[in-house]
Amino acid sequence: MFYREAGQFKTTYAADMAIFPLREDRIGLAVIIVCAYALVFTGNSFLLQAVMIPFLVFSLAAIGLNLLTGYTGLLSLGTGAFMGVGAYACYKLTTAFPGLNIIICILASGLFSAAIGVLFGLPSLRIKGFYLAVATLAAQFFLQWCFIRVPWLVNYNVSGAIEAPLRTLFGVPIVGATATPETRYLVVLTLVIGLTWVASNIVHGRIGRAWMAVRDMDIAAELIGIRLLRTKLLAFAVSSYYCGVAGALLVFLWYGGAEYDVFNINQSFFILFMVIIGGLGSLIGSFMGAALIFILPIILGMVMPAILSPFGIGITAATVEHLRFMIVGALIIFFLIVEPHGLARLWQIGKQKLRVWPFPY
Amino acid sequence: MDMLYNVLIDPFVMMGSAPDLLIQTLWEGLVAGVLYALIALGFVLIFKASGVFNFAQGIMVVFAALTLVGLHEMGVPALLALILTIGVMFILAVTVERVVLRPLVNQPDIILFMATFGLTYFLIGFGELIFGGNPKQMIAQELYLPQGSTDLDLFGGLVRFQHIDIAAAVIASLIIAVLAVFFSKTRIGRALRAVADSHKAALSVGISLGQIWVIVWFAAGIVALVAGIMWGARSDVSFALQIVALKALPVLILGGFTSIPGAIVGGLIIGVSEKLGEFYWGGLVGGGIETWLAYIIALLFLLYRPQGLFGERIIERI
Repeated sequence: MFYREAGQFKTTYAADMAIFPLREDRIGLAVIIVCAYALVFTGNSFLLQAVMIPFLVFSLAAIGLNLLTGYTGLLSLGTGAFMGVGAYACYKLTTAFPGLNIIICILASGLFSAAIGVLFGLPSLRIKGFYLAVATLAAQFFLQWCFIRVPWLVNYNVSGAIEAPLRTLFGVPIVGATATPETRYLVVLTLVIGLTWVASNIVHGRIGRAWMAVRDMDIAAELIGIRLLRTKLLAFAVSSYYCGVAGALLVFLWYGGAEYDVFNINQSFFILFMVIIGGLGSLIGSFMGAALIFILPIILGMVMPAILSPFGIGITAATVEHLRFMIVGALIIFFLIVEPHGLARLWQIGKQKLRVWPFPY
Repeated sequence: MDMLYNVLIDPFVMMGSAPDLLIQTLWEGLVAGVLYALIALGFVLIFKASGVFNFAQGIMVVFAALTLVGLHEMGVPALLALILTIGVMFILAVTVERVVLRPLVNQPDIILFMATFGLTYFLIGFGELIFGGNPKQMIAQELYLPQGSTDLDLFGGLVRFQHIDIAAAVIASLIIAVLAVFFSKTRIGRALRAVADSHKAALSVGISLGQIWVIVWFAAGIVALVAGIMWGARSDVSFALQIVALKALPVLILGGFTSIPGAIVGGLIIGVSEKLGEFYWGGLVGGGIETWLAYIIALLFLLYRPQGLFGERIIERI
């Protein structure tokens, strides 16, 4: 009805290659972005601090992993550690150069993560699939050990934790204890939108197509002239960059401080869930997966006691936690059975239905 | 120079000067290796028969041990609890086949892998909900597992052998022998290997895939139970065991995903090198290297031989 492509003609190649060829999609995206910025004016700091900021951070990490696992087909279980590298690098940078703009620090910290990612990506040339997953586990455990055992990373402080110092942008504190949730949210939102835009351009271009060729069959890709070494390592670098920036954002704009344990193996699995549930090889899927995996447990935690209490079932916080685990686990299986290609595919099906509505096909 | 000396020479000097310590470390490594191998065996069983990389094997170990201890705490006699736990593992196998594997048949490997992730989360929540999240004591005594230890006088020092470790090694060898006979001599065992070779061919000669999967998951459940008892008797039964279970992955890589002897040899190699590395080299970098050494060894090994020690050679065609 309102989602019609009739009358929209493409007269240039550029228009044909556009990421959002339909006017309706562009309008929809603009509305979403405006709404996202408008959330600041609700003044609901719980919503911003406990829901939206982590959601965006996890989305960014999920995009990072999706570039590697979804687009290049290299399974990684080291996401948490790469996020940690970003966070610790950002801490080192901002304490070593206190005058440097914090945004630059955050963006630069991803570079360190990318370098480490390339190092641990080297085995991907010889091995793939589950074998590679185990190789990335080496990265996970080794890097986490480094976070504990190398005091230089935390500037020799006794607690062994990193803490976000006060940093300002245009005179407004954006990092540190005095920064308001609103400013933090704006910074995170802007960075995530910017990086998503970059990612979308990468995957729609030559590099992205090379990645997908490698994913679909690496030997065939090699035969048509794609250099595996470069392509796979580039995927590791870009993916780790995104994860690193997400890690830095997580510590500096959400937690405000962190210990090594934040970047443990469960964090890696968590991000992997988001990617798979959202849809492998889809940027919008990364957002949807992050929303489902992160926000759903919050809602369950709030709703479950309310549902169960009328039946006289007293429910403790621990029980809610256990039920949440069970429900998330069951949901993962459920979604895989109903739609193995993830929420992104459901979204596409929905759009297709809208296009031909009111006809079934 | 000093560093090189510390890394290359000093540890060996230490080994030579105190052979009793070396033997103690080796023994501990071997025992840890046997337990890793037991967990890895569960992975191999399922991977061989259904091509599913069962991530939930670690939590199955915890879950089986928890069920056993939890039932005993409710007042069930130990041996009856053991039988009931085996029953629970059977129900789990049937449920997994019905609810998870059957609807996902013919999906890509990674999807099945993820489904076992979902299973892991479900079992964590379920186990904690029913039995609580606190660490529990394994009922080693009630199950007639030997206690205490023997000290042997070797090379001028005392080497301590815990009886429970010896029992673990014996039981693990027994299980492996039973599985080997089962795979090569029985009807079902041969059907399992047929399924491993090709699902389609197995179906066409009248082997029921569903039945085979139930059997395999049940067997993996029993192996998990044994691993859980043994591991629980050495420390205690808690969800932290799940991370230990991840150590089975480098073991699998060393041994190859499809090989039972590989799982054993890989387990022993990882167990021994981990303990030796921690004891003789760990101090140089601040200790605690046990958490990642196994993975790095596996990683380096993979670069040299991607299919593992006993794995089938990977041949790729376009």
